[in-house]
Amino acid sequence: MKFFPLLWATLWRRKPRTIFTMLSIVVAFLLFGLLQAVNVAFSQGVEMSGADRLITHGKYSFTEILPYGHYQQIRSVPGVDKVSHATWFGGRYQSEANFFPIMPIDQDTYYDVYPEFVVADDQVAAFKRERTSCIVGRGLMEKFGWKIGDTIPIQATIWPKKGGSNAWEFQLVGVMDARDETMKGQENFMVFRWDYFDEARAFGQGTVGWYNVKVANPADAETVGRSIDKLFANSPKETLTETDKAFNAAFLKQFGDIQFLIASIIGASFFSLIIITGNTMMQSVRERVPELAVLKTIGFRDGGVLALVLAESALLCLIAAVIGVLLSTFASGFLKPFLPGLEVNANVWMLALGAALGLALLVGAIPSLRAMRLNIVNALSGH
Amino acid sequence: MAETLIALDRISKHYVRGKEKIEVLHELSLGIEQGDFLALMGPSGSGKTTLLNLIGGLDQPSAGTITVSGQRIDTLSGGRLAQWRARNVGFVFQFYNLLPVLTAAQNVELPLLLTNLSKSERARRVQIALTVVGLEDRAKHKPSELSGGQAQRVAIARALVADPTLLVCDEPTGDLDRKTADEVLGLLQTLNREHGKTLIMVTHDPRAAEYARHQLHMDKGRLIEAGAQA
Repeated sequence: MKFFPLLWATLWRRKPRTIFTMLSIVVAFLLFGLLQAVNVAFSQGVEMSGADRLITHGKYSFTEILPYGHYQQIRSVPGVDKVSHATWFGGRYQSEANFFPIMPIDQDTYYDVYPEFVVADDQVAAFKRERTSCIVGRGLMEKFGWKIGDTIPIQATIWPKKGGSNAWEFQLVGVMDARDETMKGQENFMVFRWDYFDEARAFGQGTVGWYNVKVANPADAETVGRSIDKLFANSPKETLTETDKAFNAAFLKQFGDIQFLIASIIGASFFSLIIITGNTMMQSVRERVPELAVLKTIGFRDGGVLALVLAESALLCLIAAVIGVLLSTFASGFLKPFLPGLEVNANVWMLALGAALGLALLVGAIPSLRAMRLNIVNALSGH
Repeated sequence: MAETLIALDRISKHYVRGKEKIEVLHELSLGIEQGDFLALMGPSGSGKTTLLNLIGGLDQPSAGTITVSGQRIDTLSGGRLAQWRARNVGFVFQFYNLLPVLTAAQNVELPLLLTNLSKSERARRVQIALTVVGLEDRAKHKPSELSGGQAQRVAIARALVADPTLLVCDEPTGDLDRKTADEVLGLLQTLNREHGKTLIMVTHDPRAAEYARHQLHMDKGRLIEAGAQA
């Protein structure tokens, strides 16, 4: 701590340069925080996947629809506890921007297989009673200002109605919450009844998107999955059964390899940051050669001078990184309604601080080594 | 008779520039007593700054031995030598070499950062050092807010603050006008006479050298003449 005033004063030796360098680091870490928060949002669903759940979908693609007839056969497989199904509907509410997952589901079994989503009993009863009803996540309800009893118009993008219209309407009868606080945001989708969907759609009757299978014993999940697929081997609709986690991860790849994209963007921004900050540190040390020589003259050891320059680099990077990640925390709060689950959590903070320290080491290494190797006599005489 | 503080025995110093070997000091022997104020004089390139650097532990001789307070410093490693400098030597340079981003007090405190003294003790010693050089009211000023003479006095306070045995001054008045130079030299003389500090000063200026107890003249890496004065 006794060296802090020296470090602090040195850091602000050239205020405009320090401020601009800091700004570039702040922006990079703002981006880092936000992209990591997006990563958290996308991976949350994968991480929360149930260990006792399997997804059975088309062998060659999960966009391949399966016959409803598979339902009873899957139920009969030993080790299967419960079976439900869902179908990807697509669709938009009012405009393209208002996208959220919409799925026709089996109203009798869906919430048995997904107990992590909670709906009031009377609302589930209403859902089972009303064929054109729907249930939405609480976040969506609050975002769009819906109330129970509202009619929600949805524009289909995959499934037109008989007669060719894409306009579907559903009565809101229930609201879904995540049982666990850590899953908050995952409930933000809409479900409606598959029987109504199957009856009203223009094509594809008697099919579902995939089956959700709850196994009696999670340890048997793999065996059960193989048994299900064996059941439909060599049939026109072969299946692939995988864990909920693997399915969710594959589903996210529809949007591109999120982690790769994020790593690429962060990598590019950090690469330019290393050059900018490294140049600043080099300049800073170059113009302080006589001052560093004085420190060595009065007794600072080589290692001490090296540590001072590295600490200065760390101070610069850490302050800017903390500001950047704080800004991304505020920004993610504003953006959360548009991307549920968006969160700058403790892991993101740890990653950011680690990255800041790594950056400090990288950009401080060469200047600090140069400072350490400084020959006092030459430096004092201006050579 | 005063005790010998610094003993240089047949020291030589050469530099190699390309294929050329440049001999700066040639088998020079010298004894400096405790409490002396020695002025090293000579033309540019005579080796006086090199000699000062060797005595101050900033450089190592190519041959010969340097003993200060009974300790051989020519054999010390870089780290040990840095430690020795911190404990035993105060440096004053021609251009003050203060850190421009620090206040006068923070500049003076620098050598104390290498000690285990508490913050309050460091502050107390800084206050004393600034008082000795007559700048206690300039503690919070940055070097850019000080005159040349004041800046040099801050540099002297920095050299003094850790209470070293030896003060090494390289042209301490080379950048000052006559009047200010006399004030600074008077201060150095006081430090020698009243505080018992041993001073070695390199100077081109015969008037500055008159403040010293002894003068040594150098030329081409050799001592050519010694003189004592009152």
